[in-house]
Amino acid sequence: MKQSIFTILSNRALTDCVYQMVMEGDTSSITAAGQFVNIRLEGMFLRRPISVCDYDEKRLTIVYKVVGKGTEAMSKMTPGAELDILTGLGNGYDLSLSGDRPVLLGGGVGVPPMYNLAKKLLCAGKKVCVILGFNTKSEIFYEDEFKKLGCDVTVTTVDGSYGTKGFVTTALEGMDYTYFYTCGPEPMLKAVYKASATSGQMSFEERMGCGFGACMGCSCKTLTGYKRICKDGPVMKKEEILWEN
Amino acid sequence: MGELSVNLCGIELSNPVIPASGTFGYGYEYAELYDINELGTFSFKGTTKDSRFGNPTPRIAECTAGMINAVGLQNPGVEKVISEELPKLKKCFHKPVMANVSGFSVEDYAYTCQMLDKEEQVGWLEVNVSCPNVHGGGMSFGTDPKAAAEVTRAVKAVTTKPVIIKLSPNVTDIVSIARSCEDAGADGISLINTMLGMRIDLRKRKPVIANKMGGFSGSAIFPVAVRMVYQVANAVKIPVVGMGGVSSAEDVIEIMLAGATAVEVGAANLVNPYICRDIIRDLPEVMTKYRINSLKEIIGGAK
Repeated sequence: MKQSIFTILSNRALTDCVYQMVMEGDTSSITAAGQFVNIRLEGMFLRRPISVCDYDEKRLTIVYKVVGKGTEAMSKMTPGAELDILTGLGNGYDLSLSGDRPVLLGGGVGVPPMYNLAKKLLCAGKKVCVILGFNTKSEIFYEDEFKKLGCDVTVTTVDGSYGTKGFVTTALEGMDYTYFYTCGPEPMLKAVYKASATSGQMSFEERMGCGFGACMGCSCKTLTGYKRICKDGPVMKKEEILWEN
Repeated sequence: MGELSVNLCGIELSNPVIPASGTFGYGYEYAELYDINELGTFSFKGTTKDSRFGNPTPRIAECTAGMINAVGLQNPGVEKVISEELPKLKKCFHKPVMANVSGFSVEDYAYTCQMLDKEEQVGWLEVNVSCPNVHGGGMSFGTDPKAAAEVTRAVKAVTTKPVIIKLSPNVTDIVSIARSCEDAGADGISLINTMLGMRIDLRKRKPVIANKMGGFSGSAIFPVAVRMVYQVANAVKIPVVGMGGVSSAEDVIEIMLAGATAVEVGAANLVNPYICRDIIRDLPEVMTKYRINSLKEIIGGAK
């Protein structure tokens, strides 16, 4: 974990309420796809935890949805503005278990962390299939970005306005894959858990206090004991997940 | 340079800054970031007789200038704290630590304190009779002078270490409770724990926190803390540890002027993990600005 100041390079709308922000700063403590950063915003008490979409030696890209006052304030920020960010939070995805043909399933704002993960898996010589799930056509983002990386991309929409009609699990059916990685709303994670034919890893979300393991605000029960989603997660292996309700 | 050291119940602190229980774990998340030996000490995560998962999530809600938590005393239980957490802590922290203890019965408190009394690294026992997030214990001991005195006596009987009773602000008359603890033998009083609060999600029309209510902390509660520290410090002879929304060197000086001998910093750690280190580094300059030679001299200085 590291606290540092990032400078915004660009901040643009991808859809009505989803934005992509690219920043420049010290990314040295980001070590894995699926980690998150915690952003301090003027006038807000708690930081905003946002997943890392992509990063390199000096740039950090996040894709976030405007859901409240904090993310709304972020959407109005302009290039040159500075943000106080804690980086390198959470465990991230374990790439070593992917096999040759992993499938990545992202739902809504669960799509962004799949991007850097796809990049890393492709880099490691894997054949990467990506299923991106949205409610409707106007909410779709990053389809082309994943295609440009060289992934085999399927888009699903609940209302059938684009791509395959249904859920990410609709597209998963009959697919040939060695392992899965996923991030999205909890009902989707549960559906993937049930529908998946292999083992895999899923990323969870919870309201957080600190984001670095100190406050116990985001604890959950797993089959391997109590875990802090911010520190021991947000990524959990399928075998350790305990659905409480 | 001004003198930062203070003496808390017979133990010298190099400075009065103490991360508050529940915001600092058992120290090592922060030890990754800076040398936590710079701190006066810290109060470790509230420890109970048995291990506890705590409350369901969401446990956190944001507020203007603060937050609500309803963690519910998640901890591995005193035996594991002694066998696993303290040996790890010893490697990164070389000062006496403040052991924060909670319970659900007088016997629970006594048992946990007796266990921790044997631990060399424990300097003080901070006995939390003010947790708002558990049922049938916690705060119920801190809202009644007789119950608070009973816990104090039971703990004093099993330890030779200084006992600091941590009080709740969710009472009508905090002074009578503080006096009752002093009469029962407490070596110090710490206050304030969080204030009972609640937020409601407008879309869901449901409380944000699964446990409905929780403890409100952060800079918003600082004026309440200053007032209660002032009232208690003027009513008891034992030292008072002040806390509640402290987030700057100026806040430390203000709450010491109100009567605090040492100062705990809570919610601010969660937002800026370096805050306690920064406050300690800022203190000399702020002391110079207000012509303070030694922090000891300003304790209770506001008349």
